[in-house]
Amino acid sequence: MILSDYAAPGYYCEMTDTAAAAPVRERLAALSIEALHRRAAAAEAELYNLGITFTVYSDKDAIDRILPFDVIPRVLSATEWRQIETGVIQRVAALNLLLADLYHGQRILKDGVLPADLILGHAQFRPEMQGIDLPHGTYVHICGTDIIRDTDGSFLVLEDNARTPSGVSYVIENRHMMLRAFPDLVDGVALRPIDTYGLQLLAALRETAPRTEGDPAVVLLSPGSYNSAFFEHVFLAREMGVPLVEGRDLVVEDERVYMRTTGGLAPVDAIYRRINDDFLDPEVFRPDSALGVPGLMRAYRAGNVSLANAVGTGVADDKAVYAYMPRIIRYYLGQDPILPNVETHLCREPEGLAYTLDHLDQLVVKPVGEAGGYGITIGPRASRAELGACRDRLLADPANYISQPCISLSVSPTLVGGQVAPRHVDLRPFAITGAKTWVLPGGLTRVALREGSLIVNSSQGGGSKDTWVLE
Amino acid sequence: MSDTLLARSADALFWLARYVERAENLARILDVNDTFSRDRAGGQNWLSIVQLHAEEEGFFARHSIASAASVLGFYVIDPTNPSSIASAVRAARENARTLRPLISTEMWVQLNMFHSRMAALGPADLAPGRLSPLFAWIKEACQLHTGITEGTFYRDQGWYFYQLGRYLERADQTTRLLDIKYHVLLPDPRDHGSPVDVSQWNALLRSAAGYHAYRRLHATGITPRQVAGFLLLNRRFPRSVYLCVREAELLLAELKARYGLRRGNEAAEQLDGLRALLSGVGIGEILVQGLHEFLDLVQQRLNLLGEALGTGFFGYPGGPPPEFPISPLGPSSGPPAPAQ
Repeated sequence: MILSDYAAPGYYCEMTDTAAAAPVRERLAALSIEALHRRAAAAEAELYNLGITFTVYSDKDAIDRILPFDVIPRVLSATEWRQIETGVIQRVAALNLLLADLYHGQRILKDGVLPADLILGHAQFRPEMQGIDLPHGTYVHICGTDIIRDTDGSFLVLEDNARTPSGVSYVIENRHMMLRAFPDLVDGVALRPIDTYGLQLLAALRETAPRTEGDPAVVLLSPGSYNSAFFEHVFLAREMGVPLVEGRDLVVEDERVYMRTTGGLAPVDAIYRRINDDFLDPEVFRPDSALGVPGLMRAYRAGNVSLANAVGTGVADDKAVYAYMPRIIRYYLGQDPILPNVETHLCREPEGLAYTLDHLDQLVVKPVGEAGGYGITIGPRASRAELGACRDRLLADPANYISQPCISLSVSPTLVGGQVAPRHVDLRPFAITGAKTWVLPGGLTRVALREGSLIVNSSQGGGSKDTWVLE
Repeated sequence: MSDTLLARSADALFWLARYVERAENLARILDVNDTFSRDRAGGQNWLSIVQLHAEEEGFFARHSIASAASVLGFYVIDPTNPSSIASAVRAARENARTLRPLISTEMWVQLNMFHSRMAALGPADLAPGRLSPLFAWIKEACQLHTGITEGTFYRDQGWYFYQLGRYLERADQTTRLLDIKYHVLLPDPRDHGSPVDVSQWNALLRSAAGYHAYRRLHATGITPRQVAGFLLLNRRFPRSVYLCVREAELLLAELKARYGLRRGNEAAEQLDGLRALLSGVGIGEILVQGLHEFLDLVQQRLNLLGEALGTGFFGYPGGPPPEFPISPLGPSSGPPAPAQ
């Protein structure tokens, strides 16, 4: 029996601590561990054949890797999903209102809810966006909200990804894989379908295009086939049925964007870009970028083309701004957050700094400007000397740090090394916003395959699971 | 929107077809050379394969002698040789990767698996007893690609560029094959009365998959003149240079008319000229004027046609098209933008 020896003491388990998962547990119990293994191996081979891979380049080799896929699904009940869905919609609404305000009247800064120096001096704040009106006020067309679960099962937002969040292709491919490899597991279980992502995305891109009559010409702008997320770019272009372009395929003439086709230049109205701001237009941002399109910002500012996500959204998904999100939600929407933040202490505020210094051995201290886990001090695991160094850095530049309690991420039974064992998971739902917001049921469940690890990133031994939202 | 095609995608489709066609042709030539090309002393001429590709320099930089092992290694599995089957399949697969929004999933999966298996081959797979099944598999994989494409590839603009690539490459391969083999196989003129080596001419026909068709047409015998005429000018043989040029001409005319493409007049003129060249003469006259000179002219015009397609449709600024539109390794431009 697959789950007979399974236990996850001390953590919330996504499979065994919820009644909603009972039908899935029963179906799993009917499978042997050998069968599970066999089918998992077949599924993995299929991922290679389908080319659902990212390519790692070294000096002389190009190696195709897959994102490890765990065949035991992560299950969410309809009630749980309702909270996540409404919480994400609320958060995206607040992010869009925040960005519209920051790039227009900056009311929130004048009212002192957000410190002006935090925003105006931010590397991702783009003065080029000042005063530009965007259709429907949508800046964050695609948002990935990283959500974790505490030991009591409550959902907490860990971070917002409002620039170019990736991973949605795995959500849909994982589902297809499950339906092929485990038809017996899905049989009789009512799952929310996820097949409409491409249609929803295309509709949102058309709604927010500068001209909406006729069929606005939408393209997906990719850095190219050597980008590690190229598979996802291909996937999304296919799902939307739009051209997959690179910077060299586009040209700006008279502040209009065109693509080079076999019949000459063809106009482009809306661009879903998977290139960061810095590389978008060498005339305005990094001059050495060969990935972008010279003049793109001129066309954008003239209102002749839309970009999703908008330029300058990076200021809203930063770690320090994150700490203000509950206040931002209250400020713009007059509501309490449906999905709470992880409790966060802002060291730029005196009481936050004092609390952090008093509880340094219990807290995780993070620099606000760094990504990828750099510069983090995990109090309970740090030596006395490390804590001392952390204290010195905090006192020297308090505004650069936040602190949070250590959260024990929830776990999900996972097939590792011939047995099923608990592994930590998180969840990234994807929200699409045109005139209004739609959230793909479920999202990407990432799983830390190493025992005890809390790091779910694919670069550090993370994999993914299919996420089932039950009706 | 659905009526437009990115210039770069047209280019990649054109080359996807060319690389698969090239891999198939090379597998045929190597297979036939291995099986049928023994001379009367039982020896095999592997150097002719190197000469066929005019790659003596590159080959002898890596190998001291043109033995079965060295030539097969160089042309089947050597990833550093851009003319190897492995390189052609890799380039086809890399083009297909950028084309995935346009081609069918079946086309992509088959090429992806073909490439994985090709990349996994080692020298042990080229041992004498294993060659014939290996070449049979490579040919079948190429034909499987062709069949899947026929049955699943949506026939808009892209399909025309794909087909143009296939016929252009096929014409090119047949002219090369004829050019090198004809002169190698002609009996020494000083040696009057020596019989034509029939088995060698049969092998040439088999390389072009034309042995049985030729037999139906010329049941009585085999002459160098008839073989050359068959491969160059036959109206019905799918690999004859004439048929490839004629198909390409029809494809281009239909493409331009159906999609209202104003460019590409130069390519149409090149094709017109090529067809006129091939329709206006008989094989006897060609042989009198010099077969090599004639084939050289055809090849030059095929190159000009490729250039004209490049500048007319693929966005080349001019000059010859790059042999590898996609470099098999390494980033083409700039640092990749980090994914969030």
